[in-house]
Amino acid sequence: MNSTAIKVEGLRVDRGHRTVLNGLDFAIPAGAVTGLLGPSGCGKTTLIRSIVGVQRVKAGTVEVLGRPAGAKALRSRVGYVTQAPSVYADLTVAANLRYFASVLGVPADRGDAALDAVALADRRGDVVGRLSGGQRARVSLACALLGEPELLVLDEPTVGLDPLLRRDLWRLFHDLAARGTTLLVSSHVMDEADRCDRLLLMREGAIVADGTPAELRERTGADDLEDAFVRVVEAVAA
Amino acid sequence: MNARVTLATARRVLAQLHGDHRTVALLLIVPCVLMALLYWVFDGDERVFGRVGLMLLGVFPFVTMFLVTSVAMLRERTSGTLERLLTTPLAKLDLLLGYALAFGVAALVQAALASALALGPLGLDPAGSVTLVLTLAVANAVLGMALGLLVSAFAQSEFQAVQFLPAFVLPQLLLCGLIAPRDQMAGALEAISTVLPMTYAVDGMNQLARTSELSGDLLVDLLVVVGAAAAALALGAGTLRRRTA
Ligand SMILES: Nc1ncnc2c1ncn2[C@@H]1O[C@H](COP(=O)(O)OP(=O)(O)OP(=O)(O)O)[C@@H](O)[C@H]1O
Ligand SMILES: [Mg+2]
Repeated sequence: MNSTAIKVEGLRVDRGHRTVLNGLDFAIPAGAVTGLLGPSGCGKTTLIRSIVGVQRVKAGTVEVLGRPAGAKALRSRVGYVTQAPSVYADLTVAANLRYFASVLGVPADRGDAALDAVALADRRGDVVGRLSGGQRARVSLACALLGEPELLVLDEPTVGLDPLLRRDLWRLFHDLAARGTTLLVSSHVMDEADRCDRLLLMREGAIVADGTPAELRERTGADDLEDAFVRVVEAVAA
Repeated sequence: MNARVTLATARRVLAQLHGDHRTVALLLIVPCVLMALLYWVFDGDERVFGRVGLMLLGVFPFVTMFLVTSVAMLRERTSGTLERLLTTPLAKLDLLLGYALAFGVAALVQAALASALALGPLGLDPAGSVTLVLTLAVANAVLGMALGLLVSAFAQSEFQAVQFLPAFVLPQLLLCGLIAPRDQMAGALEAISTVLPMTYAVDGMNQLARTSELSGDLLVDLLVVVGAAAAALALGAGTLRRRTA
């Protein structure tokens, strides 16, 4: 399973009058959990939007599962969970799952397994608007799991969750990867870095490091990945 | 396009509406209350009520569906659900037709209730059949819905969306022949009114007040209303961009 799931070349994105991504080049392997890490505002969401094909790009190419990002054929193969939970707050959890199952063309009974996976099986009948922020985010994730996509792109899925739940979700991500799913997971907290198979460190619209956590430690001589990140940034600035 | 997704979308929109009891109550009861109020205002003058009451049956569905849809669609845009849906196999037309279907059903119930009151206890007695009255009312609702979908693309907040009602709908209401007959307006105003879709919605109801058969004029009105709705939906589809800045 060493093929490439995502290949980005010379990607440049302008938003407003600002250049947000400036000539990115990298590749993401299939069947692994890749973490996209970087401080708030560095361009993670913009990059993710480019990969799922909803971001207007200025230059460069993004290839996903062998096709241009956003291609029609990719729509049933790629799952996207936005940073802000994108589910209907005025519907119940079950109604949201039922609707997204219809849209994705999968059997409605997959909803139960998806809810189990995000530990919300007991909240099926609750209206989403009356759930906590973290619970809403998990409903949003469950709706993406329904489609059993080959590539799952998750924008900060673990924000605001307690440590136990976070651990369980990362287990879920690795289970999915073990079954062949490719995952791209963004986060702005470095303590999640160690849970990833591979890391893309981002800063101010550029990729400053790309490799496994072990490679990053070796390259910088730092034990702690947060230190490693600081050293990488200092090395770039110098 | 896919019938399963269209129907699922219609069901989902209706479920959202259904969960909002206050909106449902307002949607269904307000036209009835206004109709009764109108009857009272004209103090039982059957001739005036017969004319204006029927026209109002054509205007209610247009106005309410315009408002409800523009806010519903704006929410879909701002909550991120639209962005998500556009990354799935859903076709834009599935979404638009799902909305049209859901609000068409809501409009049918609304028009049926208001007509039952007007044609029953209030003694409204149009020459045309009830079926034609309801058909035109639902066509007007779909037109209001389609225009609401379209303008929601130009609103960044719910405040703005609501302001489109006085901006888009009130001028049409003033010029459509409800307030003053169109042939008595200044030439320029009459000319403007001929390009406003609500004019045909109201003119159709006027035809139904007078004649029982499906006249050519009525058919033209219906076709213009349906055509304008289709055009607005097509333009609305153009505003649903898969890629945004
Ligand atoms: N809709 C927009 N219009 C204009 N500029 C935007 C828009 N969205 C984001 N930006 C700008 O793009 C840059 C990158 O934003 P982005 O949302 O990609 O960051 P991020 O890394 O995801 O941050 P966070 O961790 O806070 O979610 C920021 O400087 C931001 O101001
Ligand atoms: Mg972000």
